[in-house]
Amino acid sequence: MAISDVKEYLHLSPEDVEAIGAEFDAIRKRIEESRNADDAAYIKRMIKIQRGLAFAGRVTLFASHKKPAWAAGAAMLGIAKILENMEIGHNVMHGQWDWMNDPEIHSSNWEWDTAQPAEQWKHSHNYVHHQFTNVLGHDNDIGYGILRMAREQRWNVFNLGQPVYNALLAAMFQWGVALHDLDVERIRKGQKDPKEMKRQLKQIWRKGRNQFVKDYVVYPALSGPNWKTTITANLAANSMRNFWSYVIIFCGHFPDGAMHFTEEELEDETRAEWYLRQVLGAANFEGGELLHIMSGNLGYQIEHHLFPDLPSNRYGEMSVEVKEICERYGIPYTIGPLHKQYGQALRTIMKLSLPNGMTAPDGTPPPDELPKQRNKRKTDAERPGRRSELGAWSRSRTA
Amino acid sequence: MSILDRVDRPNWQRIRTVADKLTTPLHPDDYLKLVNPLWSARELRGRLEDVVQETDDASTLVIRPGWGWSFDHEAGQYIGIGVEVDGRIQWRSYSLTSTPRRRGRRITVTVRAMPEGLLSGHLAQGMKPGAIVRLAAPAGEFVLPSPPPPKILFLVGGSGVTPMMSMLKTMDRRGTMTDVQVVYSSPTRERMIFREAITALAEKHDSLRVQLRFTDDEGMFSLDELDTVCPDWRERETWACGPGPMLDAAEEHFGNHDVTDHLHLERFTLELGDNTGEGGTVSFQNSGKSAEVDGSTTILEAGEEAGIGMPYGCRMGICHTCTLTLVSGSVTDVRNGDQFNQPNEQIQTCVTVANGDCTLNI
Repeated sequence: MAISDVKEYLHLSPEDVEAIGAEFDAIRKRIEESRNADDAAYIKRMIKIQRGLAFAGRVTLFASHKKPAWAAGAAMLGIAKILENMEIGHNVMHGQWDWMNDPEIHSSNWEWDTAQPAEQWKHSHNYVHHQFTNVLGHDNDIGYGILRMAREQRWNVFNLGQPVYNALLAAMFQWGVALHDLDVERIRKGQKDPKEMKRQLKQIWRKGRNQFVKDYVVYPALSGPNWKTTITANLAANSMRNFWSYVIIFCGHFPDGAMHFTEEELEDETRAEWYLRQVLGAANFEGGELLHIMSGNLGYQIEHHLFPDLPSNRYGEMSVEVKEICERYGIPYTIGPLHKQYGQALRTIMKLSLPNGMTAPDGTPPPDELPKQRNKRKTDAERPGRRSELGAWSRSRTA
Repeated sequence: MSILDRVDRPNWQRIRTVADKLTTPLHPDDYLKLVNPLWSARELRGRLEDVVQETDDASTLVIRPGWGWSFDHEAGQYIGIGVEVDGRIQWRSYSLTSTPRRRGRRITVTVRAMPEGLLSGHLAQGMKPGAIVRLAAPAGEFVLPSPPPPKILFLVGGSGVTPMMSMLKTMDRRGTMTDVQVVYSSPTRERMIFREAITALAEKHDSLRVQLRFTDDEGMFSLDELDTVCPDWRERETWACGPGPMLDAAEEHFGNHDVTDHLHLERFTLELGDNTGEGGTVSFQNSGKSAEVDGSTTILEAGEEAGIGMPYGCRMGICHTCTLTLVSGSVTDVRNGDQFNQPNEQIQTCVTVANGDCTLNI
C-alpha cells in the first residue's frame, strides 16, 4: 500500500515531524562541522588501494594463461571495479567529498569505471531518485522501467518475463545502468524528445565504447598470446562487479519494509517530511566493516538517503543516532542481514510478475487508519509526467 | 583538462592518447601521481624543496613544480598555492619572487605570516621541505614589460616588495636595468624583506637607486616627498604594491597630478564595486538543491548556504578555482558589472551574483 501522507501514516503531529526534522538537521550539522583530515585520508586511502588493485590485477593478467594468475588477476580487478563504483565513484559523484575542495576528487568532474556517463548518472540518480525517492510515477528506480516492483504499478503481460529480465539485469548491470537515464518508460510512451535521446545515446556510446575497448581489446592485445584468457578474466571481473552491485542496489529499496508513496505525498512536502519519506523508503543491511566498504556503505541506505552528500565513512556512526531517533518516535527502521533483504527483493520480483489477484502482499500490513485509497487508478493523462529536466549532458558542446 | 593541453610536446601527447586507452575513464596521471605526486599534470603540484627564513615572520619557499608547469611567467605575476588544512585545500595567492626561466626548475614565493592569517602562518613557518602543495598557474597584469621602460619608479610597502623583487632580479639577469628608483617602506630594519638583496643590487647597478624608509622611527612616507626623493616621478612608469591605504594614497596623488596613466597597482583584496544583481533563486543541478539570494550574495556563498561543496580558491576572482558552468540564467560580475547569460557559460562563482533565477552545473 503506497503512502500518500507520511504524517498520517506514522500518526505523528506536525510538531513531532518538525522536531524530528530538526534532529536530523542537527546530525547533518555536527558531521559537516567535524569533517577533518582523517576523513580526507580515508577517501585518499580508498583511491590508492583501488588503483593499486586495478594495476596489480591488470599486470597479473598478462600471465592469465596460468590458472592462479587468472583467478588472482580477475579477483583483484573485480574488487577494484567494485570499490571504484560503490565506495568511490557513487559517493564522490554525490558530492560527499566536495568539501575537500580538491578538483581531483570532486562531483563536478568525476568519471567512474562503468558504462554510464557520470553526467547522466548524476541526473537520474542524485536528482530524480534521491529527490523523489520511491514516489510512484516519479522515481524511475522503482523497477528501473523494466521490473514491476510495487503492487500499485499496473500489471502487464510483459511482466511475466520478470524473472528473466532480472537475471539479465544482474548479469549486465553496468549496461542496464548505462541506459537508465534514457528513461525506458518515457520512450515507450513516446514522450522522449528524439533529439535529446540521440545526444544521450551518443554520450553512452562513447563512454561504453571506451570501457569495452579497454577491457576486451586493448588489455587482451597487450597480453599477446594470452589474449583469450585475459578476455575471459576481464569478463569475470566485470560480471563480479555487475552481480555484486546489482545485489547491493536491490537491497536498498526493494526489501519488504521499504514503502512506496503516491504523488500526493509530494504536495507541500516539507524538508522534515522528506526526511521521513527517506527513512520509510529505504532499507539497511547488517554487516562488518569490510562488507560496508565493499558495498559503498549502502548497507546504511537509510542514512545515505537522509544525508546523501555526507562522507560515507561516517554513515556507521550516524546510524546509531538515526536508529535512536526512529525508535523514540516509533518510525519503522528497516534492517536485516544481506541475504534476507535480497531474498525479499527477489520474492517481490517473482510475485509481481503475476497480477495482484494471484499473490498476497508481503511486509507490514497497512495500518487500519490509513486514508481510504481512491477506487479508480488515474490515467496517464491525469497524472503529472515524470520529471523531464535534463542533465548537463545536454550541453551544446556534446551535440 | 585544460592543464593537460598545456603539455604541448607532440610525442608526449601521442603517448598520453595511447595511455588514456589503458586508464580510461581516468588518466595515466591519476595512477602516476600515486608513485610521485609531481607526475601529474591534471592538477599542478609542487614539492617544497627549501624554506629560507627572510625575516622573523617571513620566509621564501623554494618550490619544484611538477608536470605541466611552464616556467614562462612574467616578472610581477602571482601564483596560487593550495595547502590542505583539516582535510580541506585552502588557496592563497603570492607573487613569484623568482625570475622567469626554465633552468633550475624552481620557483620561489615569499610569504609573510599575517597576524590571524591561518594559512600565511602555516606557509611561512609551519611547512617542512618535502611537503607537496597545489599550484595555480601564474596570472596577473601587474607585470614588467619587456624591454622595461627607460624610467621606472617602484613604490613599495612591506610585503608588497615581492613582485618588485622578481622585476628587479629579471632586469639584473637580463642586463636591462634601466633608470630605476625604489622607494621602500617597512616598520623596522629587521622586518624589511630582501633589504640586503636590494642593497646589493643597488651596489651592482649605478642606474638603480634605493630609498629605504623605516617608518617606526622615521614616520610614514608621504607622497609629497616624492618631489624631493625623485623629482622626475611624473615621467616615470610607476609600479606600486603594498597595504591598501598606501595604494589609495598613490591613486589619489597620481590622479591629482593627472598622471594616472603611469601608475600600475597590485591589490590583494577584493574590491566589491557597486554592481549588484537582482537576486533570485540559484539552483544546483546535480542535487536539485537551491538557495534564495539577494543581489549582493555571490553564487559561491549561495551554494555554500545550500550545503553544496562548492570549489573555491582565492574568493576574490583571481584564481579561477571556483569556475563552474552556468546552465541557464544570468549573473553579474560584481567587480565590473559584466553580465554573463549565455547557456553553459563558465562563470567565476566567487565574484558573480544572481540576476534573477539561475542554474549551475554542480
